[in-house]
Amino acid sequence: MSGIDDAVVWLNDPLNWTNPDGILARTGEHLWISAAAVALGCAVAWPLGIWLGHAGRGGPAVVTVTNLSRAIPTVALLTIFPLTAIGFGQPAIILALALFAIPPLLANAYLGLREVDPEVRDAGRGMGLSGGQLLRKVELPLAVPYLANGFRIAAVQVIATATLAAFVNGGGLGMIISRGFGLGMNAGGGQVLAGGLLVAVLCLGMEGLLALAEKALLPRALRRGAHRPPASVADALPGEA
Amino acid sequence: MPSKVSYAVSGWAVAGDDPRNPWFSWSYVSQNTDTLLAALREHLLLTLAAVVVATVLAIPLAVLAYRFGTLTGPILGFTGVLYTIPSLALFAFLAPFTGITPVTVLIGLILYALLTIVRNTLTGLRQVPAEVLDAARGMGYGRGALLWRIELPLAMPGIMTGLRIATVSTVALVTVGEIVGFGGLGNLIIGGFNTNFYRPQIMTATLLCVALALVLDLALLLLTRLVTPWTRRRTA
Repeated sequence: MSGIDDAVVWLNDPLNWTNPDGILARTGEHLWISAAAVALGCAVAWPLGIWLGHAGRGGPAVVTVTNLSRAIPTVALLTIFPLTAIGFGQPAIILALALFAIPPLLANAYLGLREVDPEVRDAGRGMGLSGGQLLRKVELPLAVPYLANGFRIAAVQVIATATLAAFVNGGGLGMIISRGFGLGMNAGGGQVLAGGLLVAVLCLGMEGLLALAEKALLPRALRRGAHRPPASVADALPGEA
Repeated sequence: MPSKVSYAVSGWAVAGDDPRNPWFSWSYVSQNTDTLLAALREHLLLTLAAVVVATVLAIPLAVLAYRFGTLTGPILGFTGVLYTIPSLALFAFLAPFTGITPVTVLIGLILYALLTIVRNTLTGLRQVPAEVLDAARGMGYGRGALLWRIELPLAMPGIMTGLRIATVSTVALVTVGEIVGFGGLGNLIIGGFNTNFYRPQIMTATLLCVALALVLDLALLLLTRLVTPWTRRRTA
């Protein structure tokens, strides 16, 4: 298949790696945009989700936000944000991606706090812990697996979605694909395929890395226990990328 | 319409409300009704085709994974890996072979919808209570009858949840098809951006896209009620 041969040729050209808009620079750009978006998402979603979960309020609202976010195309926010007061450039893209990181972070933080065994909570209260102490010493440590799970889902999703920044010339590895398409299939087919391969490798690699980190982060006391986020939480969350 | 250059140069100044480039304009809608309807039609057709084909493939796959434990791992693993690969990359894999055609978009959409439906159907099937299966076997149900008349109907809530998530996600995902020229309303969104950042077109197409997702979701919610009348009786 000539498509695959062309992709191999394109990947074997050292200039395609080291150019100012080459693979290395694009990967760095991609990771920076994604990291900023996830950090921003965490800064908003975690305090909110933890507070709602601690107070036991806003469950339906969390579900509604999660469901509604699925209906909004990423491409639309990526095109709309640069035309608002935010202006052109990376901030608009980071903000758009951060919005899509919020639902999984929020839902998992909320769920993690809600899934704490009521008896454990009661025992804490019986020992005289105040609301804040209960949150810090009992609820948050028990919610760590959920927070970590939400973080992995959000991070992988943002890295995947950051590819779409290429639609608005916003940088990242998606640019290699979109430039390839711009050249037409005959001239750019190899580049398109190579770009797709690079993006897939980055996403799968990060998924694997974060899954390992998630396991390492799990408090020892919880490793063998049943207090683990069910896989279905991840399945039910949005995944438009 | 002001030129692209003036936007690039003025940068932040664009941010304010430019009366020549409003976020919404009825005159844009009335003058471009045909274009909007054509894009909406393409969007709807791509979505329906993808979800229908995905459903037809996904339910047997989920039943296989449910019946034969050894297949569960590979089927879920494959769908998991696929889910991690972004749509643009998937289109990039397909395009050199399927060309700049709607087929490229359709295959991508089917694959993503497929795994949502497989996973939710499997969850639905696993939630069928063991006592119910025991009772049915005691009444003399064979494997086929058990599947067709007990397990699949009881898994309906799971199947329908999968269909709803897959449909709403597909509507949003179709926009990415713009990369090969078949993105339905996405063509207007990206096209509007590339044509002097034409706000009314971007906003109208976005609103239509979100509305389409919500309307289809509502339709499927009503269908869910029709096919699972017992869930209503229990809560009422």
